[in-house]
Amino acid sequence: MPEWLVTTILILVKLGFVFFLLLTGAAYMVLAERKLLGRMQLRYGPNRVGPFGLLQPLADAVKLVTKEDFIPSQADKFLFFIAPGIAAVTALLTFAVVPFGPPIRLFGREVPLVICDLNIGVLYFLGLSSLAVYGVTLGGWASNSKYALLGSIRALSQLISYELSMGLAIVPVVLMARSFSLTNIVNAQAGLPFAILNPPAFLIFLVSVLAESKRIPFDLPEAENEIVAGFHTEYSGMRFGLFFVGEYINVIILSSMVTVLFLGGWHGPLLPGIVWFFLKVGFISFLFIWTRGTLPRLRYDQLMHFGWKILVPLALVNVIVTGAILLLLNPAKG
Amino acid sequence: MTAAIFYILSAAALLATLMAITRKNPVHAVIYLVHAFFALALIFFILGAPLVAAWEVIIYAGAIMVLFLFIIMMLELTPGEAARGPGWQRWAPVILLSGSIVVCTLLLMTAEPQAGPGGPNFYASPRDFGYGLFKEYALAVEIVSFQLLFAAVGAFYVGRGERTRRRARGDER
Amino acid sequence: MNLYQDIKATAQAYWITLRNMFRKPVTIQYPEQKRVPFERYRARIVLTRDPDGGERCVACYLCSAACPVDCISMQAAEAEDGRRYATWFRINFTRCIFCGMCTEACPTRAIQMTADYEICRRDPLTLVYEKEDLLIDGPGKEPDYNFYRHAGIGVVNPRGQGEEERPPADVRSLLP
Repeated sequence: MPEWLVTTILILVKLGFVFFLLLTGAAYMVLAERKLLGRMQLRYGPNRVGPFGLLQPLADAVKLVTKEDFIPSQADKFLFFIAPGIAAVTALLTFAVVPFGPPIRLFGREVPLVICDLNIGVLYFLGLSSLAVYGVTLGGWASNSKYALLGSIRALSQLISYELSMGLAIVPVVLMARSFSLTNIVNAQAGLPFAILNPPAFLIFLVSVLAESKRIPFDLPEAENEIVAGFHTEYSGMRFGLFFVGEYINVIILSSMVTVLFLGGWHGPLLPGIVWFFLKVGFISFLFIWTRGTLPRLRYDQLMHFGWKILVPLALVNVIVTGAILLLLNPAKG
Repeated sequence: MTAAIFYILSAAALLATLMAITRKNPVHAVIYLVHAFFALALIFFILGAPLVAAWEVIIYAGAIMVLFLFIIMMLELTPGEAARGPGWQRWAPVILLSGSIVVCTLLLMTAEPQAGPGGPNFYASPRDFGYGLFKEYALAVEIVSFQLLFAAVGAFYVGRGERTRRRARGDER
Repeated sequence: MNLYQDIKATAQAYWITLRNMFRKPVTIQYPEQKRVPFERYRARIVLTRDPDGGERCVACYLCSAACPVDCISMQAAEAEDGRRYATWFRINFTRCIFCGMCTEACPTRAIQMTADYEICRRDPLTLVYEKEDLLIDGPGKEPDYNFYRHAGIGVVNPRGQGEEERPPADVRSLLP
């Protein structure tokens, strides 16, 4: 077999694996969330469809597909059609740079367990997460409904504000790993994960990620009891499903970014690397669900206050302090 | 090969900008402008500056344009009913633009831009870029950032409004 | 310090939800696990019979008048012995709110509520109960009560022979 064919097949296999994993992961994340929230509220959660409700995602999908597909008459149809796609695709694409395991040996060659090891992987992640805003915004605007518009305005300002602190929380990681590549960042954490070396950055990143995912306590863009369902008020059927799945894919992606950037990726004792990676991602996802079961929603001014007056200055100070310490430990050579 | 992609992207950027300045609906204009930024980002990538390309997407397409959208939505700048809900054919330029940008991206992913003729004769890694920015041209960068700070303070002053300014001066009746 | 309080409160909240996750849920799994209702639970309405097997309902329309959602309707008629009854009696359970006003209004204890709460159908029209569906073969909650032993004098019972009733006084002999 020629070399390029093997490479192409390997990439396709990895793509299929990641795609399958992400989509089923997102579907079962919904189930896991409903189950866990149920247990936290002393309920069982869905347990009717299949054993322990394990077929619930399938039932949900069938329900969403067979629902009436409604488009408001005054909507901007093209944007209305395309917005959920933007939301889901930007979420899916991000996983391309996430290394989910140590390189393995297949057919006598080294196969890195990452679809594309970009040398600017961190920036790729930031870029896509900032583009994800468009799905929400354009969807809300194109619906031509006041609730959707309010929701998307909220989403806009929230995502922009917290992207800033998220980006600033990544800077110390890049400084410590001396690379923008996610694989190098994971390898730099072979000893101690950055969460222990730099806990302020870890906490800031965790909170910002929670806000990026638009979930409780930062779910103001879709605050049900204020603005119906926010930006997806007018969406129904599979288009709503795309927004919904996109949100959960986003949770998985953001959890894996936390894992890669701060928890040492696949590094861990005893178990094989890939298991460690998924365990850590699962734990962070559980943290998301746990938070949803615990905290109430912030008020809008509290959200902005917290983002701009607390997180961003803290992150800036953290960047300077980390840089200074790194400079002291190994002075610049040239 | 690279040269061809460069010209396609340039044409796409020009077309997108042209569409952006002729749209009546500001949101549609923003969408075209975002396409222009994408095309520009790819051009930067071809020229051997992946970091600038990434920043083009993150900062211009991802942050500045989003802020534009925010303002447009806050002020309800959209014209009346007539401009709403255009048919599919009015969106043909967008489909064309995004299609060509995606195709160019795929081509660039398969073919190394540094190879073929017309490619750049240098490649700015993030490290080189950082050295250039904060060592070689540090003074210029600092001056520009101060300019931005002045602009921000000025905007803040203007934005406070006449009344609060008068109160701050202490000559409120 | 304020920050300390905040952190403590947040940690406590997380701890409570985590602890609750390992407690037994309070849910009653309905179709398999049925809840036993209380004795005086107000659900499906029935029409009862008196201990002798006759219909208690005298079609007085009081229940229908008391019903706040107007779900009871009937047509009164009189039997040959002068006893009143309902030719048809209809309760629309799609409208019934199970408030119990009809049972309070009923002078003959005919209309009563049972604890049968499982009233749901796919076709709402099957929830319109006619007299045949409503009548049960028993006295319900008042096993010994028969309205006609206390009232309906001169209609089904001869004068002066009912329970708790003295023979009619002769007006003329009562004169002093």
